[in-house]
Amino acid sequence: MTAPLGKDLLGLEHLTAGQITMILDTAEPLREISERTIKKVPTLRGATVVNLFYEASTRTRTSFEFAEKRMSADTVNIAIASSSVSKGETLVDTAKNLEAMRIDMVVIRHQSSGAAQFLAERIESNVINAGDGTHEHPTQGLLDLLTLRQRFGTLQGKRVCICGDVLHSRVARSNIWGLTKLGAEVAVCGPRSLLPTAIEEFGVTVFDRIEQAIEWADALNVLRLQLERMQAGYIPSLREYNRVFGVTRERLDRAPRDVLILHPGPMNRGVEIDSDVADGPHSVILDQVTNGVAVRMAVLYLLAGNTPALAEAAKGGDR
Amino acid sequence: MSNASTIVLNARALERTVARMADEIVERADGTDGLVLVGIQRRGVQLADRIAAMILAHEHVAVPRGALDITLYRDDLQTVGPRPIVGKTELPWELDGKIVCIVDDVLYTGRTIRAALDELADFGRPARIMLAVLIDRGGRELPIHADVTGRLVEVPKGGRVDVCVTELDGTDEVTMVLSGEHA
Repeated sequence: MTAPLGKDLLGLEHLTAGQITMILDTAEPLREISERTIKKVPTLRGATVVNLFYEASTRTRTSFEFAEKRMSADTVNIAIASSSVSKGETLVDTAKNLEAMRIDMVVIRHQSSGAAQFLAERIESNVINAGDGTHEHPTQGLLDLLTLRQRFGTLQGKRVCICGDVLHSRVARSNIWGLTKLGAEVAVCGPRSLLPTAIEEFGVTVFDRIEQAIEWADALNVLRLQLERMQAGYIPSLREYNRVFGVTRERLDRAPRDVLILHPGPMNRGVEIDSDVADGPHSVILDQVTNGVAVRMAVLYLLAGNTPALAEAAKGGDR
Repeated sequence: MSNASTIVLNARALERTVARMADEIVERADGTDGLVLVGIQRRGVQLADRIAAMILAHEHVAVPRGALDITLYRDDLQTVGPRPIVGKTELPWELDGKIVCIVDDVLYTGRTIRAALDELADFGRPARIMLAVLIDRGGRELPIHADVTGRLVEVPKGGRVDVCVTELDGTDEVTMVLSGEHA
Protein backbone atom coordinates (compact mmCIF):
# COMPACT_ATOMS: atom_id res chain seq x y z
CA MET A 1 0.00 0.00 0.00
CA THR A 2 1.50 3.28 -1.10
CA ALA A 3 1.47 6.11 1.41
CA PRO A 4 -0.59 9.16 0.42
CA LEU A 5 1.30 12.20 -0.78
CA GLY A 6 0.96 14.40 2.26
CA LYS A 7 0.27 18.13 2.34
CA ASP A 8 2.73 19.42 -0.24
CA LEU A 9 4.66 18.52 -3.38
CA LEU A 10 8.09 20.08 -2.95
CA GLY A 11 10.29 17.75 -4.97
CA LEU A 12 10.80 14.20 -6.13
CA GLU A 13 13.81 13.58 -3.88
CA HIS A 14 11.71 12.59 -0.89
CA LEU A 15 8.99 10.68 -2.71
CA THR A 16 9.05 6.91 -2.96
CA ALA A 17 8.87 5.04 -6.25
CA GLY A 18 5.36 3.99 -5.20
CA GLN A 19 4.23 7.58 -4.69
CA ILE A 20 5.68 8.69 -8.03
CA THR A 21 3.98 5.77 -9.78
CA MET A 22 0.69 6.67 -8.06
CA ILE A 23 0.90 10.21 -9.49
CA LEU A 24 1.66 8.90 -12.99
CA ASP A 25 -1.14 6.29 -12.76
CA THR A 26 -3.56 9.04 -11.72
CA ALA A 27 -2.41 11.37 -14.50
CA GLU A 28 -2.94 8.74 -17.19
CA PRO A 29 -6.78 8.62 -17.11
CA LEU A 30 -6.98 12.40 -16.54
CA ARG A 31 -5.58 13.05 -20.03
CA GLU A 32 -8.97 12.14 -21.46
CA ILE A 33 -10.67 15.10 -19.73
CA SER A 34 -8.80 17.55 -21.96
CA GLU A 35 -10.20 15.72 -25.02
CA ARG A 36 -13.83 16.30 -24.02
CA THR A 37 -16.10 18.97 -25.44
CA ILE A 38 -16.63 20.22 -21.89
CA LYS A 39 -13.08 20.06 -20.56
CA LYS A 40 -13.97 20.10 -16.91
CA VAL A 41 -14.66 17.84 -13.95
CA PRO A 42 -16.18 19.15 -10.70
CA THR A 43 -13.58 17.59 -8.37
CA LEU A 44 -12.06 20.78 -6.92
CA ARG A 45 -15.23 22.85 -6.97
CA GLY A 46 -15.02 25.50 -4.27
CA ALA A 47 -11.25 25.20 -3.80
CA THR A 48 -9.16 28.31 -4.37
CA VAL A 49 -5.68 27.98 -5.82
CA VAL A 50 -3.20 30.84 -5.94
CA ASN A 51 -0.46 30.76 -8.56
CA LEU A 52 2.30 32.76 -6.94
CA PHE A 53 4.98 33.37 -9.54
CA TYR A 54 8.11 35.23 -8.51
CA GLU A 55 9.78 34.34 -11.80
CA ALA A 56 8.61 34.73 -15.35
CA SER A 57 6.89 31.66 -16.72
CA THR A 58 4.45 31.14 -19.53
CA ARG A 59 4.30 27.42 -20.03
CA THR A 60 4.32 26.22 -16.44
CA ARG A 61 1.91 28.88 -15.22
CA THR A 62 -0.48 28.32 -18.10
CA SER A 63 -0.28 24.57 -17.63
CA PHE A 64 -1.08 24.85 -13.91
CA GLU A 65 -3.92 27.22 -14.67
CA PHE A 66 -5.43 24.84 -17.23
CA ALA A 67 -5.08 21.98 -14.76
CA GLU A 68 -6.74 23.96 -11.98
CA LYS A 69 -9.59 25.11 -14.19
CA ARG A 70 -10.20 21.67 -15.65
CA MET A 71 -10.56 20.41 -12.07
CA SER A 72 -13.02 23.30 -11.40
CA ALA A 73 -10.86 25.13 -8.86
CA ASP A 74 -11.00 28.91 -8.67
CA THR A 75 -7.65 30.39 -9.58
CA VAL A 76 -5.86 33.62 -8.87
CA ASN A 77 -2.59 34.49 -10.57
CA ILE A 78 -0.10 36.71 -8.84
CA ALA A 79 2.86 37.82 -10.88
CA ILE A 80 5.69 39.52 -9.07
CA ALA A 81 5.90 42.66 -11.17
CA SER A 82 2.33 43.73 -10.40
CA SER A 83 2.22 42.62 -6.75
CA SER A 84 3.01 44.27 -3.44
CA VAL A 85 6.16 42.15 -3.30
CA SER A 86 7.66 44.88 -5.42
CA LYS A 87 6.84 47.16 -2.45
CA GLY A 88 9.01 44.99 -0.20
CA GLU A 89 6.57 42.48 1.28
CA THR A 90 8.13 39.19 2.37
CA LEU A 91 7.16 35.81 0.98
CA VAL A 92 5.59 34.70 4.27
CA ASP A 93 3.61 37.93 4.67
CA THR A 94 2.29 37.60 1.15
CA ALA A 95 1.24 33.99 1.78
CA LYS A 96 -0.28 34.74 5.21
CA ASN A 97 -2.31 37.54 3.68
CA LEU A 98 -3.54 35.21 0.98
CA GLU A 99 -4.43 32.60 3.60
CA ALA A 100 -6.43 35.22 5.49
CA MET A 101 -8.57 35.40 2.35
CA ARG A 102 -9.20 31.63 2.75
CA ILE A 103 -7.25 29.99 -0.01
CA ASP A 104 -6.65 26.24 -0.22
CA MET A 105 -3.54 25.74 -2.31
CA VAL A 106 -0.50 27.71 -3.42
CA VAL A 107 1.52 26.96 -6.53
CA ILE A 108 4.83 28.74 -6.13
CA ARG A 109 7.64 29.54 -8.54
CA HIS A 110 10.58 31.29 -6.91
CA GLN A 111 14.16 32.17 -7.79
CA SER A 112 15.48 30.88 -4.43
CA SER A 113 16.12 27.17 -3.84
CA GLY A 114 14.08 26.00 -0.88
CA ALA A 115 11.43 28.73 -1.15
CA ALA A 116 8.61 26.20 -1.60
CA GLN A 117 9.59 24.25 1.50
CA PHE A 118 10.04 27.47 3.49
CA LEU A 119 6.51 28.43 2.58
CA ALA A 120 5.06 24.95 3.13
CA GLU A 121 6.34 24.90 6.70
CA ARG A 122 4.65 28.19 7.49
CA ILE A 123 1.18 27.98 5.98
CA GLU A 124 -1.70 25.53 6.30
CA SER A 125 -2.53 25.49 2.58
CA ASN A 126 -1.17 22.80 0.28
CA VAL A 127 1.98 23.98 -1.47
CA ILE A 128 3.07 22.83 -4.92
CA ASN A 129 6.57 23.67 -6.05
CA ALA A 130 6.51 25.01 -9.61
CA GLY A 131 10.28 25.48 -9.62
CA ASP A 132 12.51 26.85 -6.85
CA GLY A 133 15.92 28.22 -7.84
CA THR A 134 18.20 25.42 -8.97
CA HIS A 135 16.61 22.91 -6.57
CA GLU A 136 13.62 21.08 -8.09
CA HIS A 137 10.76 21.40 -10.55
CA PRO A 138 8.82 18.28 -9.57
CA THR A 139 5.86 18.57 -11.94
CA GLN A 140 8.25 18.95 -14.89
CA GLY A 141 10.09 15.83 -13.71
CA LEU A 142 6.79 13.98 -13.43
CA LEU A 143 5.59 14.96 -16.90
CA ASP A 144 8.92 13.84 -18.34
CA LEU A 145 8.53 10.51 -16.55
CA LEU A 146 4.97 10.13 -17.81
CA THR A 147 6.02 10.90 -21.39
CA LEU A 148 8.87 8.40 -21.25
CA ARG A 149 6.70 5.74 -19.62
CA GLN A 150 4.05 6.10 -22.33
CA ARG A 151 6.66 5.51 -25.02
CA PHE A 152 8.68 2.81 -23.31
CA GLY A 153 6.00 1.07 -21.24
CA THR A 154 8.39 0.99 -18.31
CA LEU A 155 11.37 3.05 -17.23
CA GLN A 156 13.16 0.05 -15.76
CA GLY A 157 16.57 -0.27 -17.43
CA LYS A 158 15.92 2.54 -19.94
CA ARG A 159 18.81 4.91 -20.59
CA VAL A 160 18.08 8.59 -20.35
CA CYS A 161 20.71 11.28 -20.87
CA ILE A 162 20.12 14.82 -19.65
CA CYS A 163 22.00 17.21 -21.93
CA GLY A 164 23.18 20.74 -21.36
CA ASP A 165 23.15 23.12 -18.43
CA VAL A 166 22.69 20.59 -15.62
CA LEU A 167 24.40 22.93 -13.15
CA HIS A 168 21.62 25.51 -13.10
CA SER A 169 18.77 23.14 -13.87
CA ARG A 170 16.05 22.24 -11.39
CA VAL A 171 14.52 20.19 -14.20
CA ALA A 172 17.68 18.06 -14.29
CA ARG A 173 17.56 17.45 -10.53
CA SER A 174 13.91 16.40 -10.50
CA ASN A 175 14.59 14.18 -13.52
CA ILE A 176 17.58 12.49 -11.93
CA TRP A 177 15.64 11.73 -8.71
CA GLY A 178 12.55 10.51 -10.51
CA LEU A 179 14.30 8.46 -13.19
CA THR A 180 16.62 6.66 -10.79
CA LYS A 181 13.76 5.87 -8.39
CA LEU A 182 11.81 4.28 -11.25
CA GLY A 183 14.79 2.17 -12.27
CA ALA A 184 16.12 4.05 -15.31
CA GLU A 185 19.82 4.51 -15.98
CA VAL A 186 20.70 8.19 -16.04
CA ALA A 187 23.57 10.06 -17.67
CA VAL A 188 24.38 13.72 -18.12
CA CYS A 189 26.23 15.37 -20.96
CA GLY A 190 27.45 18.93 -21.26
CA PRO A 191 30.44 21.19 -20.89
CA ARG A 192 32.17 20.53 -17.56
CA SER A 193 31.59 24.18 -16.65
CA LEU A 194 27.85 23.48 -16.71
CA LEU A 195 27.90 20.21 -14.75
CA PRO A 196 27.87 20.19 -10.93
CA THR A 197 31.30 19.21 -9.56
CA ALA A 198 30.17 16.08 -7.70
CA ILE A 199 27.55 15.02 -10.23
CA GLU A 200 28.74 11.37 -10.13
CA GLU A 201 27.46 11.18 -6.55
CA PHE A 202 23.93 11.29 -7.93
CA GLY A 203 24.73 7.88 -9.42
CA VAL A 204 24.79 9.16 -12.99
CA THR A 205 27.19 8.54 -15.85
CA VAL A 206 28.95 11.57 -17.34
CA PHE A 207 29.55 11.98 -21.06
CA ASP A 208 31.82 14.74 -22.29
CA ARG A 209 30.84 14.25 -25.90
CA ILE A 210 27.27 14.42 -27.21
CA GLU A 211 28.10 11.69 -29.74
CA GLN A 212 28.79 9.25 -26.89
CA ALA A 213 25.56 10.22 -25.18
CA ILE A 214 23.58 9.65 -28.36
CA GLU A 215 25.21 6.28 -28.90
CA TRP A 216 24.33 5.21 -25.34
CA ALA A 217 20.85 6.61 -24.84
CA ASP A 218 17.25 5.53 -25.44
CA ALA A 219 16.15 9.12 -24.80
CA LEU A 220 17.73 12.55 -24.54
CA ASN A 221 16.25 15.22 -22.32
CA VAL A 222 17.74 18.35 -23.88
CA LEU A 223 17.82 21.27 -21.47
CA ARG A 224 17.42 24.89 -22.41
CA LEU A 225 20.71 26.74 -22.54
CA GLN A 226 20.04 29.97 -20.67
CA LEU A 227 21.44 32.68 -22.85
CA GLU A 228 22.73 34.55 -19.80
CA ARG A 229 25.21 31.73 -19.27
CA MET A 230 27.28 32.99 -22.14
CA GLN A 231 27.64 36.44 -20.64
CA ALA A 232 28.57 34.79 -17.33
CA GLY A 233 31.47 33.02 -19.06
CA TYR A 234 30.28 29.40 -18.72
CA ILE A 235 30.52 28.84 -22.46
CA PRO A 236 32.54 30.66 -25.11
CA SER A 237 29.73 31.23 -27.60
CA LEU A 238 26.31 29.91 -28.60
CA ARG A 239 27.63 28.89 -31.99
CA GLU A 240 30.43 26.89 -30.45
CA TYR A 241 27.99 25.30 -28.00
CA ASN A 242 25.81 24.22 -30.91
CA ARG A 243 28.80 22.84 -32.80
CA VAL A 244 30.01 20.74 -29.86
CA PHE A 245 26.85 19.89 -27.88
CA GLY A 246 23.96 20.65 -30.22
CA VAL A 247 21.52 17.80 -30.82
CA THR A 248 21.42 17.68 -34.60
CA ARG A 249 19.79 15.43 -37.18
CA GLU A 250 23.22 14.45 -38.48
CA ARG A 251 24.33 13.23 -35.06
CA LEU A 252 21.08 11.36 -34.39
CA ASP A 253 21.28 9.64 -37.79
CA ARG A 254 24.43 7.92 -36.59
CA ALA A 255 22.73 6.52 -33.46
CA PRO A 256 22.39 2.72 -33.28
CA ARG A 257 18.68 3.04 -32.31
CA ASP A 258 15.88 5.59 -32.42
CA VAL A 259 16.48 8.13 -29.70
CA LEU A 260 13.46 9.82 -28.14
CA ILE A 261 13.87 13.59 -27.81
CA LEU A 262 12.50 15.57 -24.87
CA HIS A 263 12.89 19.26 -24.12
CA PRO A 264 11.29 21.14 -21.22
CA GLY A 265 11.02 24.35 -23.26
CA PRO A 266 11.28 27.07 -24.17
CA MET A 267 13.66 25.90 -26.89
CA ASN A 268 16.58 27.80 -28.36
CA ARG A 269 16.36 26.36 -31.85
CA GLY A 270 19.78 26.16 -33.41
CA VAL A 271 21.55 26.27 -30.05
CA GLU A 272 20.95 23.16 -27.90
CA ILE A 273 18.59 21.56 -30.43
CA ASP A 274 18.10 21.87 -34.17
CA SER A 275 14.70 22.51 -35.65
CA ASP A 276 14.56 19.31 -37.67
CA VAL A 277 15.16 17.35 -34.45
CA ALA A 278 12.66 19.33 -32.37
CA ASP A 279 10.02 18.83 -35.07
CA GLY A 280 11.23 15.38 -36.10
CA PRO A 281 9.55 11.98 -35.82
CA HIS A 282 11.21 11.07 -32.51
CA SER A 283 10.42 14.32 -30.75
CA VAL A 284 7.89 14.02 -27.92
CA ILE A 285 8.14 17.67 -26.94
CA LEU A 286 4.47 18.43 -27.54
CA ASP A 287 3.43 15.22 -25.75
CA GLN A 288 5.30 16.60 -22.77
CA VAL A 289 3.17 19.73 -22.87
CA THR A 290 -0.06 17.71 -23.08
CA ASN A 291 1.10 15.44 -20.27
CA GLY A 292 2.02 18.47 -18.18
CA VAL A 293 -1.62 19.43 -17.75
CA ALA A 294 -2.60 15.85 -16.80
CA VAL A 295 0.24 15.49 -14.29
CA ARG A 296 -0.68 18.78 -12.64
CA MET A 297 -4.34 17.76 -12.48
CA ALA A 298 -3.23 14.55 -10.78
CA VAL A 299 -1.10 16.41 -8.25
CA LEU A 300 -3.94 18.83 -7.46
CA TYR A 301 -6.32 15.91 -7.01
CA LEU A 302 -3.96 13.92 -4.81
CA LEU A 303 -3.01 16.87 -2.58
CA ALA A 304 -6.37 18.64 -2.24
CA GLY A 305 -7.68 18.53 1.28
CA ASN A 306 -4.57 16.81 2.66
CA THR A 307 -3.84 18.23 6.09
CA PRO A 308 -0.55 18.57 8.00
CA ALA A 309 -1.60 15.54 10.09
CA LEU A 310 -1.89 13.43 6.97
CA ALA A 311 1.46 14.73 5.81
CA GLU A 312 2.98 13.54 9.08
CA ALA A 313 1.48 10.10 8.59
CA ALA A 314 2.77 10.01 5.01
CA LYS A 315 6.37 10.44 6.18
CA GLY A 316 6.45 6.71 6.88
CA GLY A 317 6.89 6.19 3.15
CA ASP A 318 6.05 2.98 1.35
CA ARG A 319 4.78 -0.05 3.28
CA MET B 1 -16.36 -14.39 7.23
CA SER B 2 -16.96 -17.12 4.70
CA ASN B 3 -19.51 -18.91 6.88
CA ALA B 4 -21.61 -15.73 6.96
CA SER B 5 -21.76 -15.45 3.16
CA THR B 6 -24.45 -16.85 0.93
CA ILE B 7 -24.40 -17.23 -2.83
CA VAL B 8 -26.98 -15.02 -4.55
CA LEU B 9 -26.06 -15.99 -8.10
CA ASN B 10 -23.66 -18.69 -9.26
CA ALA B 11 -21.97 -18.57 -12.67
CA ARG B 12 -24.85 -20.13 -14.59
CA ALA B 13 -27.50 -18.07 -12.84
CA LEU B 14 -25.47 -14.93 -13.52
CA GLU B 15 -25.30 -15.78 -17.21
CA ARG B 16 -29.08 -16.31 -17.38
CA THR B 17 -29.70 -13.06 -15.53
CA VAL B 18 -27.43 -11.10 -17.84
CA ALA B 19 -29.15 -12.66 -20.87
CA ARG B 20 -32.54 -11.58 -19.58
CA MET B 21 -31.23 -8.09 -18.79
CA ALA B 22 -29.90 -7.79 -22.34
CA ASP B 23 -33.32 -8.66 -23.80
CA GLU B 24 -35.06 -6.27 -21.45
CA ILE B 25 -32.70 -3.42 -22.34
CA VAL B 26 -33.35 -3.91 -26.06
CA GLU B 27 -37.09 -4.15 -25.41
CA ARG B 28 -37.11 -0.92 -23.39
CA ALA B 29 -34.96 0.86 -25.96
CA ASP B 30 -37.36 -0.29 -28.66
CA GLY B 31 -34.57 -2.04 -30.58
CA THR B 32 -30.89 -1.29 -30.85
CA ASP B 33 -31.00 1.91 -32.92
CA GLY B 34 -29.06 4.58 -31.09
CA LEU B 35 -28.51 2.30 -28.10
CA VAL B 36 -25.14 2.58 -26.32
CA LEU B 37 -24.01 0.78 -23.18
CA VAL B 38 -21.94 2.61 -20.61
CA GLY B 39 -20.40 0.50 -17.86
CA ILE B 40 -19.37 2.08 -14.58
CA GLN B 41 -15.82 1.30 -13.45
CA ARG B 42 -15.00 -1.21 -12.41
CA ARG B 43 -17.36 -4.21 -12.63
CA GLY B 44 -20.05 -2.39 -14.55
CA VAL B 45 -17.66 -2.35 -17.50
CA GLN B 46 -17.38 -6.15 -17.64
CA LEU B 47 -21.15 -6.52 -17.21
CA ALA B 48 -21.73 -4.07 -20.09
CA ASP B 49 -19.37 -6.19 -22.22
CA ARG B 50 -21.40 -9.32 -21.43
CA ILE B 51 -24.70 -7.60 -22.13
CA ALA B 52 -23.29 -6.38 -25.45
CA ALA B 53 -22.24 -9.95 -26.29
CA MET B 54 -25.76 -11.19 -25.51
CA ILE B 55 -27.31 -8.47 -27.68
CA LEU B 56 -24.95 -9.47 -30.48
CA ALA B 57 -26.01 -13.11 -30.10
CA HIS B 58 -29.73 -12.36 -29.95
CA GLU B 59 -30.05 -9.36 -32.27
CA HIS B 60 -26.94 -9.64 -34.43
CA VAL B 61 -26.08 -6.02 -33.66
CA ALA B 62 -22.87 -4.81 -32.04
CA VAL B 63 -23.93 -1.95 -29.79
CA PRO B 64 -21.21 0.54 -28.85
CA ARG B 65 -19.81 0.23 -25.34
CA GLY B 66 -18.13 2.82 -23.18
CA ALA B 67 -16.64 3.04 -19.71
CA LEU B 68 -17.31 5.68 -17.12
CA ASP B 69 -15.19 6.35 -14.04
CA ILE B 70 -17.15 8.53 -11.63
CA THR B 71 -14.40 9.12 -9.04
CA LEU B 72 -13.90 12.77 -9.96
CA TYR B 73 -17.67 13.38 -9.64
CA ARG B 74 -18.08 11.83 -6.18
CA ASP B 75 -19.82 13.92 -3.54
CA ASP B 76 -17.69 12.61 -0.69
CA LEU B 77 -14.16 13.44 -1.87
CA GLN B 78 -13.72 15.90 1.01
CA THR B 79 -14.26 13.13 3.57
CA VAL B 80 -12.92 9.85 2.17
CA GLY B 81 -9.32 10.20 3.35
CA PRO B 82 -6.71 8.86 0.92
CA ARG B 83 -7.71 9.75 -2.61
CA PRO B 84 -9.54 6.97 -4.45
CA ILE B 85 -7.78 5.67 -7.57
CA VAL B 86 -9.08 7.22 -10.77
CA GLY B 87 -9.99 4.79 -13.53
CA LYS B 88 -10.40 5.26 -17.22
CA THR B 89 -13.34 6.99 -18.86
CA GLU B 90 -13.87 6.07 -22.50
CA LEU B 91 -16.86 7.45 -24.37
CA PRO B 92 -15.42 7.80 -27.85
CA TRP B 93 -18.62 8.79 -29.60
CA GLU B 94 -21.23 11.55 -29.62
CA LEU B 95 -23.90 11.03 -26.97
CA ASP B 96 -26.32 13.59 -28.40
CA GLY B 97 -29.62 11.92 -29.28
CA LYS B 98 -28.48 8.46 -28.16
CA ILE B 99 -30.23 6.05 -25.81
CA VAL B 100 -27.65 5.52 -23.10
CA CYS B 101 -27.95 2.52 -20.85
CA ILE B 102 -25.80 2.85 -17.73
CA VAL B 103 -24.68 -0.56 -16.46
CA ASP B 104 -23.49 -1.14 -12.90
CA ASP B 105 -23.04 -4.13 -10.65
CA VAL B 106 -24.77 -3.08 -7.43
CA LEU B 107 -27.31 -0.29 -6.87
CA TYR B 108 -27.26 0.87 -3.25
CA THR B 109 -27.38 4.52 -2.12
CA GLY B 110 -27.74 5.83 -5.68
CA ARG B 111 -24.85 8.26 -5.25
CA THR B 112 -22.71 6.58 -7.89
CA ILE B 113 -25.53 6.91 -10.40
CA ARG B 114 -26.04 10.57 -9.46
CA ALA B 115 -22.34 11.12 -10.22
CA ALA B 116 -22.63 9.14 -13.47
CA LEU B 117 -25.58 11.28 -14.62
CA ASP B 118 -23.57 14.44 -13.94
CA GLU B 119 -20.59 13.09 -15.84
CA LEU B 120 -22.68 11.98 -18.83
CA ALA B 121 -24.18 15.46 -19.03
CA ASP B 122 -20.64 16.78 -19.60
CA PHE B 123 -20.35 14.56 -22.67
CA GLY B 124 -23.55 15.52 -24.39
CA ARG B 125 -27.32 15.37 -24.32
CA PRO B 126 -28.62 11.84 -24.82
CA ALA B 127 -32.24 11.44 -25.89
CA ARG B 128 -32.71 9.14 -22.93
CA ILE B 129 -30.69 7.56 -20.14
CA MET B 130 -31.66 4.22 -18.60
CA LEU B 131 -30.14 2.29 -15.75
CA ALA B 132 -29.47 -1.45 -15.67
CA VAL B 133 -28.05 -3.06 -12.53
CA LEU B 134 -27.21 -6.66 -11.77
CA ILE B 135 -28.15 -6.36 -8.09
CA ASP B 136 -30.51 -3.87 -6.45
CA ARG B 137 -29.85 -4.11 -2.73
CA GLY B 138 -32.12 -1.28 -1.59
CA GLY B 139 -30.99 1.46 0.82
CA ARG B 140 -31.39 4.38 -1.57
CA GLU B 141 -30.37 7.85 -0.35
CA LEU B 142 -31.38 9.62 -3.55
CA PRO B 143 -34.49 9.46 -5.77
CA ILE B 144 -32.96 7.00 -8.26
CA HIS B 145 -34.31 3.67 -9.49
CA ALA B 146 -33.18 1.05 -11.99
CA ASP B 147 -35.05 0.42 -15.25
CA VAL B 148 -33.66 -3.07 -15.59
CA THR B 149 -32.76 -5.13 -12.53
CA GLY B 150 -31.02 -8.49 -12.47
CA ARG B 151 -31.94 -9.47 -8.95
CA LEU B 152 -33.50 -7.69 -5.99
CA VAL B 153 -31.71 -8.61 -2.78
CA GLU B 154 -32.76 -7.69 0.74
CA VAL B 155 -29.52 -7.04 2.58
CA PRO B 156 -29.73 -6.75 6.37
CA LYS B 157 -28.02 -3.83 8.08
CA GLY B 158 -24.26 -4.16 8.06
CA GLY B 159 -24.29 -6.70 5.24
CA ARG B 160 -22.92 -6.28 1.75
CA VAL B 161 -23.10 -7.77 -1.72
CA ASP B 162 -19.96 -8.79 -3.61
CA VAL B 163 -20.08 -9.18 -7.37
CA CYS B 164 -17.20 -11.19 -8.83
CA VAL B 165 -16.49 -11.38 -12.55
CA THR B 166 -13.99 -13.73 -14.15
CA GLU B 167 -12.07 -10.92 -15.85
CA LEU B 168 -11.13 -9.30 -12.53
CA ASP B 169 -11.79 -11.87 -9.83
CA GLY B 170 -11.24 -15.21 -11.53
CA THR B 171 -14.81 -16.34 -10.99
CA ASP B 172 -18.40 -15.38 -11.85
CA GLU B 173 -20.39 -15.16 -8.65
CA VAL B 174 -22.56 -12.87 -6.55
CA THR B 175 -22.44 -13.37 -2.80
CA MET B 176 -24.07 -11.67 0.16
CA VAL B 177 -21.87 -11.27 3.20
CA LEU B 178 -23.81 -10.86 6.42
CA SER B 179 -21.04 -9.96 8.83
CA GLY B 180 -20.67 -6.26 9.60
CA GLU B 181 -16.93 -6.55 9.07
CA HIS B 182 -15.49 -5.09 5.89
CA ALA B 183 -13.03 -7.35 4.20
